[in-house]
Amino acid sequence: MSLSGKDKATVKAFWAIASKKGDEIGAEAMGRLLHVYPQTKTYFSHWTDLSIGSAPVKNHGKIVIGGLSDAVANIDDLLGGLLTLSELHAFQLRVDPTNFKILSHNILVVLAIMFPKEFTPEVHLSMDKFFAAVALALSDKYR
Amino acid sequence: MVEWTDAERTAINFVFTKLDYDSVGPESLSRCLIVYPWTQRYFGGFGNLYNAEAILSNPMIAAHGITVLHGLDRALNNMDDIKNTYTQLSELHSEKLHVDPDNFRLLADCLVVVIAGRLGTDFTPEMQAAFAKFLSVVVSALGRQYH
Repeated sequence: MSLSGKDKATVKAFWAIASKKGDEIGAEAMGRLLHVYPQTKTYFSHWTDLSIGSAPVKNHGKIVIGGLSDAVANIDDLLGGLLTLSELHAFQLRVDPTNFKILSHNILVVLAIMFPKEFTPEVHLSMDKFFAAVALALSDKYR
Repeated sequence: MVEWTDAERTAINFVFTKLDYDSVGPESLSRCLIVYPWTQRYFGGFGNLYNAEAILSNPMIAAHGITVLHGLDRALNNMDDIKNTYTQLSELHSEKLHVDPDNFRLLADCLVVVIAGRLGTDFTPEMQAAFAKFLSVVVSALGRQYH
């Protein structure tokens, strides 16, 4: 399910708009991830506060969205461009890849809420494919 | 039996009262067919599914989207026994329609995205949690009669 030229163009165009509210998207998506899928909290037992809107949650959301912006900039070579992040996830974080799908879903939900006009079915398709491609790149070094 | 808190029941009922079936049904099914195109395998007799515009303007898909969405009503009205509520529909999807149950999850995800778009910030994380739980119980019930 590789990204076509059209997918890449769609992702870049939509992300140019969405990333302006990147912090908000990140905070909301992380909050929903932890609240709606509480099993994901197991990765954050070192945080003092896992509640929606807390500082660690907002901060982490920012980091994740930053990573996604990097991915958009490296959309033509995700494996190469995300190498460092890939090694981080493989050898240190070791997040089970199922969770990438769950986080992707929550980002899509937040995008639908925040950009109801722009988040058309075509944009939904390309963004979903993009997140899947990023997840694949992040889990590339797992084994 | 699945336990529902009062807050969960309230949240789920709220979503359904705000639901415009005639619009959300068609959009959810259309998005499923567009975002997960392999799901089109079950819609061979539904006419033109050639591209997103064709799918979104296809009257047969729209009608079916409404039908499927109303299928959730029976769970809403039988929240304390969703498992058995879907026995016949589960058999239908398994024996007659031969639908891979994974597809139920894909459609459920699209439904959440569409409802989020309609309700906006009213679709709080708590509401999302309750509704996602509701849909996962329905999806599980629909897969029960497969063998």
